[in-house]
Amino acid sequence: MITEVNLAGVKLKNPVMTASGTFGSGKEFSEFTDLNMLGAVVTKGVANKPWVGNPTPRVAETYGGMLNAVGLQNPGIDLFVERDIPYLAKFDTRIIVNVCGRTTEDYCEVVQRLASQPVDMLEINISCPNVEEGGIAFGQSAKAVEAITKEIKKYAKQPVIMKLSPNVTDISEMAKAAEAGGADALSLINTITGMKIDIHKRKFALANKTGGLSGPAIHPVAVRMVYQAAQAVKIPIIGMGGIMTAEDAIEMILAGASAVSVGTANFRNPQVTMEIVQGIREYMEEYNVENINELVGAVE
Amino acid sequence: MAEKFKEQAVIIRQEEISYGIYSMWLKTDKIAGNAKPGQFISIYCHEGSRLLPRPISICEIDRADQALRIVYRVQGKGTEEFSKMRTGGSVDIVGPLGNGFPLKGKKAFLIGGGIGIPPLLQLAKELKCEKQLILGYQDSLFLQEEFKRLCNPYVATEDGSYGTEGNVMDAIRENGLEAEIIYACGPTPMLRAVKAYAQEKNIECWISLEERMACGIGACLGCVCNSKEKDAHTNVNNKRICKEGPVFRAEEVEF
Repeated sequence: MITEVNLAGVKLKNPVMTASGTFGSGKEFSEFTDLNMLGAVVTKGVANKPWVGNPTPRVAETYGGMLNAVGLQNPGIDLFVERDIPYLAKFDTRIIVNVCGRTTEDYCEVVQRLASQPVDMLEINISCPNVEEGGIAFGQSAKAVEAITKEIKKYAKQPVIMKLSPNVTDISEMAKAAEAGGADALSLINTITGMKIDIHKRKFALANKTGGLSGPAIHPVAVRMVYQAAQAVKIPIIGMGGIMTAEDAIEMILAGASAVSVGTANFRNPQVTMEIVQGIREYMEEYNVENINELVGAVE
Repeated sequence: MAEKFKEQAVIIRQEEISYGIYSMWLKTDKIAGNAKPGQFISIYCHEGSRLLPRPISICEIDRADQALRIVYRVQGKGTEEFSKMRTGGSVDIVGPLGNGFPLKGKKAFLIGGGIGIPPLLQLAKELKCEKQLILGYQDSLFLQEEFKRLCNPYVATEDGSYGTEGNVMDAIRENGLEAEIIYACGPTPMLRAVKAYAQEKNIECWISLEERMACGIGACLGCVCNSKEKDAHTNVNNKRICKEGPVFRAEEVEF
């Protein structure tokens, strides 16, 4: 049975990775999950300098989902390079660093710093809904997506994954723009902007008022968008959005994803990523699938 | 770093000990044996639409029998689900989480307010020094028998139905109490008053904070609080309540 997938020349032992922001840099979850079993660990977004993030409350549960407005709190690239990369390098898994920024220059600075690091791929977050500058601002116009992708590609030494926002009218237009800018792969979807109000206190559940909705509530939206993007581009797609089980992961792969990221499910079960890896193998056995790649986009 | 475990715990017994306040004993494999006073566990709902674990403080630890007691208030759908769990049923838990209270040999105040009272029970059991319990309730009391076995608590109720009418600070003043160290857990206004009192008297003060959490293990950065020192994790004066906390030196955090 072959579970290895190839993302822009980078081989992953299986298609299961962690969604940025839900897994830190792996250390906390390593107490519950064997990181060696994962296709890749995608780190929490890192910027050129430390970011303090948003005020609390930063998270709220919703029916079948959750809202977050953490605001990309991160230690900045210096501490990240010194501490987090060496930690992850001890494991037999691929390292994908998620990069965030307020300006194009911020992103490029981080990408340059990572050029000499033992990092396998870069995932560029142009879709965070919880920061005022940068983030989603780069991800909501096709022109802006293409422009920032081009800039980043000038400096990147590793393959570049552009992480797209679902908060757009036409996802295939954004996917094409990233591909035109030279992206090596796409990640989608980031969270969907949402809001929750505590009716007893008549207050917003999040200090930021709005937050990003994730979890199984958004899974059908993610499957639809992965399918549409896969129809529009030739570069590989990493599908994410509410994957809780191996079945959800398979569904995403059939829609056109070459790999999947598991996010909010980690909060429901800190061992879920390993269980999804195992569940995918069981599905392949049950349906006599020799090679996982046969399933990519195999929906009829 | 202390080890954490994910386990399927079995409910030994559960009862409603006051209106909307439940006490549940859980049989664990390793969590109870590794737990300290002031730590908490994450409890996962059976209902699939409720994704996030509920962080609940540990009230009592029976290390010999690997059992844990939690005392919680039904506040939403998740805790309502827990309140309906029956003896013999099982529930997924992760723990022990957080740092817990430091045990020091000084004359201590243990100050609890409302649903912040339960974690003080195990602390009171393990603090071998001279201690005074000051417990603030809205109206109906709970855990009184258990505390009385350790030392007679001073009680404040908001409606004056029992003990001092008012809050825990009123009870301290009314009874002319003094201490060299404070341990406190309760609502934010109470903790602010305790912090101010400790500063005024210049005594060591440890408080237990709470915040909405997602992962409960330090990865998601959902539950941070502003800290004086830079946090080791992100280097931005935001300590994680689930990891560096929930117990902090009062002067160390803004809340």
